[in-house]
Amino acid sequence: MIFYVSALLIIGIGIYAIIIKKNLMKIIIGLDLIETGINLLIVSIGYINGKTAPIFSKGVMDASRMVDSVPQALTLTSIVIGASELALAAAFVVLLYRKYGTLDVRKIRSLRW
Amino acid sequence: MSIYVLIFSYILLALTVILSLLAIHVKDLIAAVILMGGGSLLVSLVFLLLQAPDVAMSEAAIGAGLTMAIYIIAVKKTEREDKDD
Amino acid sequence: MIRKIVYGIFILIIVAAVSMFLMSYPFGSDKMDVGKYYLENTVPQTGAANVVTSVTLFYRGFDTLGEVTVLFTAALGVSIIYFIEDKKRKTRIVESNFVTKVGTRVVFPFILLVGAYIFMHGHLTPGGGFQGGALIATGFLLLYLAYEETSINRAKFYLVEGLGGLTYVTMGLLGYFMKDSFLANVLPNGQLFNLLSGGIILPIYIGVGLKVGSELSNIIDDLMCEVKCDGGEE
Repeated sequence: MIFYVSALLIIGIGIYAIIIKKNLMKIIIGLDLIETGINLLIVSIGYINGKTAPIFSKGVMDASRMVDSVPQALTLTSIVIGASELALAAAFVVLLYRKYGTLDVRKIRSLRW
Repeated sequence: MSIYVLIFSYILLALTVILSLLAIHVKDLIAAVILMGGGSLLVSLVFLLLQAPDVAMSEAAIGAGLTMAIYIIAVKKTEREDKDD
Repeated sequence: MIRKIVYGIFILIIVAAVSMFLMSYPFGSDKMDVGKYYLENTVPQTGAANVVTSVTLFYRGFDTLGEVTVLFTAALGVSIIYFIEDKKRKTRIVESNFVTKVGTRVVFPFILLVGAYIFMHGHLTPGGGFQGGALIATGFLLLYLAYEETSINRAKFYLVEGLGGLTYVTMGLLGYFMKDSFLANVLPNGQLFNLLSGGIILPIYIGVGLKVGSELSNIIDDLMCEVKCDGGEE
């Protein structure tokens, strides 16, 4: 039960950082916190008490003693896609600093016209 | 889970929430990035305690390794201090 | 100040409400439905020992093709933003000391070896193409941090990346022309716990591992470029 509550708290801290903070790097850190919280939530839903990892080996050949394997496959895809989108966001932040000279979100919006 | 593994994972989860609260509050941007990388590493340990070795290896290699390196390069090319707000 | 407190209480109320909804899935109870079918039918139908790998590449192979496309698009976007000519490129961010230089020369081949081991044994042990590719890219990052005048040959890396993606699509089309559907199983299953087993999982993961490693190395090379990129910046 603590697993669900702490995963939702990490997602909540990330949403708070996106709404309140005014520095672009802090907003990107908030995006990464949301991704981490969602991955933790998905893997902890697929856990069953008393069972072990879903890999066949010479010691464990019984399929009824294993944890659910579908959430783990989905989380693998999600981690890789999250990392690639954050690399693109960091490249955009460097380009914005080179053009405007500041990292404040309010000033970048007001220089539009 | 036995009782000792449960207490250990409670401590790791409490440390992760505290580290992510600190990461959005400090003024030095490199310190914020390093705190977030530390939180990602502790989440990778929690994945191992939930019997998921594939996900733990992926989170440790990509989340706590490459993403932190890319953020430190980005902070080095812009400002280091958070002067706004 | 008032704004921060109001937003904080609002987010706490939402977190409490969602956790109340999640009470209907008690932590640790048996809720498997599709997972039971995958766990029982992996060894007869596939011959691989790692169930998560066979779900990612065999039963749900089309979604992994979409993920490889997303990675390719992100690397393409970073390259378009930082487009400069090759002869004006110079990379130097930090000066390293003696221990880093000598230690990197010893450790770098072993990092490449461990990365290649991880993506070749994806169907027997925990691992796979994406983790092995990330390890190879981290090895190249270490080389950038230790020596000043490093510059990788981007044309050869583009060639390796293209061949890796071509392998994935070719295996899918072979399944379409020799059997009845895209990404069907055309190679023999083999015996359990052998290296050459598992059907189409082994060639596809070798292609994906090389592709991800060279893509992430290209992204790091783009971000590390310095002074003479477009006329004077530090």
